[in-house]
Amino acid sequence: MTTRTPLRPLARILRARAEGQDPAHIEAENKRARHDQINDRARRRAESRLIVLGVVFFCAFGAIGVKMGTIAGTDPVEPRAVAAGNPIIGQRADIVDRNGRILATNFDTYALYAQPPEMIDPARAADELAVIFPELNRDRLLADFTGDRKFLWIRKQISPEQMQAVHDIGDPGLLFGPREMRLYPNGPVASHILGGASFGREGVDSAEVIGVAGVEKRFDDFLRDPANEGAPLELSIDLTVQAAAETVLQGGMMLMNAKGAAAVLMDVRTGEIIAMVSLPDFDPNNRPRPLTTGDQSDSPIFNRAVQGVYELGSTFKIFAIAQALDLGLVNPQTMVDTSGPLTWGRFRIRDFHNYGAQNTVTDVIVKSSNVGTARIALQIGADRQRDFLGQLGFLAATPVEMIEAPTGAPLYPRNWSEISTMTISYGHGLSSSPLHLASAYATIANGGRQVLPTLLRQDGPVTGPAVMRPETAQAAVDMLRQVVVRGTASFGEVPGYQVAGKTGTADKPKPGGGYYDERVIATFASLFPANDPRYVLIVTLDEPEDTSGTEPRRTAGWTAVPVAAEMIRRVAPLLGLRPDVAPVAISGVTLTSN
Amino acid sequence: MRGILYVLTAMAVVGLGFWAYHENYATQAAIREVRALHTGIGAGHQRLNILNAEWAYLNRPDRLRDLVEINFDRLGLLPLMPEGFGRVDQISYPLPDLLPITDPVEVSSDGAPSTTEDPL
Repeated sequence: MTTRTPLRPLARILRARAEGQDPAHIEAENKRARHDQINDRARRRAESRLIVLGVVFFCAFGAIGVKMGTIAGTDPVEPRAVAAGNPIIGQRADIVDRNGRILATNFDTYALYAQPPEMIDPARAADELAVIFPELNRDRLLADFTGDRKFLWIRKQISPEQMQAVHDIGDPGLLFGPREMRLYPNGPVASHILGGASFGREGVDSAEVIGVAGVEKRFDDFLRDPANEGAPLELSIDLTVQAAAETVLQGGMMLMNAKGAAAVLMDVRTGEIIAMVSLPDFDPNNRPRPLTTGDQSDSPIFNRAVQGVYELGSTFKIFAIAQALDLGLVNPQTMVDTSGPLTWGRFRIRDFHNYGAQNTVTDVIVKSSNVGTARIALQIGADRQRDFLGQLGFLAATPVEMIEAPTGAPLYPRNWSEISTMTISYGHGLSSSPLHLASAYATIANGGRQVLPTLLRQDGPVTGPAVMRPETAQAAVDMLRQVVVRGTASFGEVPGYQVAGKTGTADKPKPGGGYYDERVIATFASLFPANDPRYVLIVTLDEPEDTSGTEPRRTAGWTAVPVAAEMIRRVAPLLGLRPDVAPVAISGVTLTSN
Repeated sequence: MRGILYVLTAMAVVGLGFWAYHENYATQAAIREVRALHTGIGAGHQRLNILNAEWAYLNRPDRLRDLVEINFDRLGLLPLMPEGFGRVDQISYPLPDLLPITDPVEVSSDGAPSTTEDPL
């Protein structure tokens, strides 16, 4: 305990007064001494606090440094005690059809690579490899093995048998890297929809599997997203129906000597595509390369149903008629002038036959009169027709979930003149894909509510905006039914399924302008059953020719319609549609009493 | 009193050490088991994946169609056609089983007293 000296000690004050000095000096001196003491104490305390703080910081940084050193110096390990979620999921999710049947899945395989510096006997390894893989060139392999390369891939995928054979060579310079490969177990079924996959970035231990076309590319991010925990991509396709449709279309294409064919089967309530076929097709397990020369539409990878834009001919007539009905310009019984040819400027519009001077609107559709349809289209006018076709989806690419969809954008005239109005009303001058036609017919079949095509499974009906009144849609369906009952599509009648539809035969345009005389696109756009439409089926044949008669017949009624009818016969029972046959009188019932 | 407290504390420390030792090894054993299970699940997934792929491959529509054609003599399978649908009244109802006869009536004339008289 320090002694506290008074600021004005009495003895010194008295002495100073006696000696005539100023006692205030004494007080000032004592005050200074006391301040010095206080400063010393404060400094000591601050110093000790700084030391404590320094030690704390030293320890903290030291701990962090030691931990960092440990982390840097040890091998990384996965936290094994955590068992949350599903740790083992494939690199890429499966694709399944609407019933859960696998369309695309993954398969574990191996890639073969070589490290020449490690090799013991390069000549023997090259010999044996050339035996196992006949497509490899022995001399080229030997040159690679004996050159100055340190690493080379030999094969991207090998089968287990090949792997064992390579293993038996026993050269330490031949090594295997694990791979996941994409497998399409159904082969060419639904090949255009699925597209295909290939490897992206490749390492020794793994390789990315990326989609290159179709839904594989469109949903690449979804399929590779680990957050989905391997949930498969559910398509609206029905594998059984798709396979049956492909078989029938393949047979029909051969019978009709066509060079290509496409078919689209769509559920009218949801817009789900149940089957979509384009022939010729390919095996997505071994996707062919795009053509480097010639017309891409001749390649098997070309999807005629989505990418192929064609003038679809008379199948378009029902749109002009439906719009005229909806606008109240005509009713099904209105008489229309069908005397031809109709001359407009330098254009002459004529019919396949002469159908007489006047016909009802229903008969214009049933007999497929270009002149009658063109006259009705003139009443509608260019702007209204353009708007209506736009609402039916004919002025933009289809929104279907495929990477190729934007390439199937329709072709239509920039200047929508009156002559365009007339030609488009019977399907010339506007090119669109069969899928466009399917969704437009589905809109009619769905009571006039817009239907957008989709490849994803829907859980319930999708209600789009109204394009026409339900009564108009019903009247249009009734007319289409008459086409099959007594018109150009009489081969389309399938007992029990009340098929309604419209044929279309369009001359193919020449690349340089003008049209071929003997090459046509034959289309049958149908919906069934007519009393309660559930499905729309479009069948398109490219350059068909029915040679069963005395002279070749190319019209859709002789080519596309029989194929479509056979397809409906095969496919409708698979879709669970019961044929609606007239009830047979019950016979053989005997009333008894006892 | 203080001595007993020290002894008890020391025993508690020894006991806790023993417990911690066991817990440590039990945890490591559990982690090893989890790792083995994960490996097993991984192998199981891989096997399941391959089996699924093989099942899909064996059931591919082309192969089934070919098999149906090859075995047509034995199986006689045809594609599902509209004619395949029937009506309910085309199905015959199963015949009810006969009830057991509990009260038999003898109708045979076998063993009946013979008459020589002419009935007329």
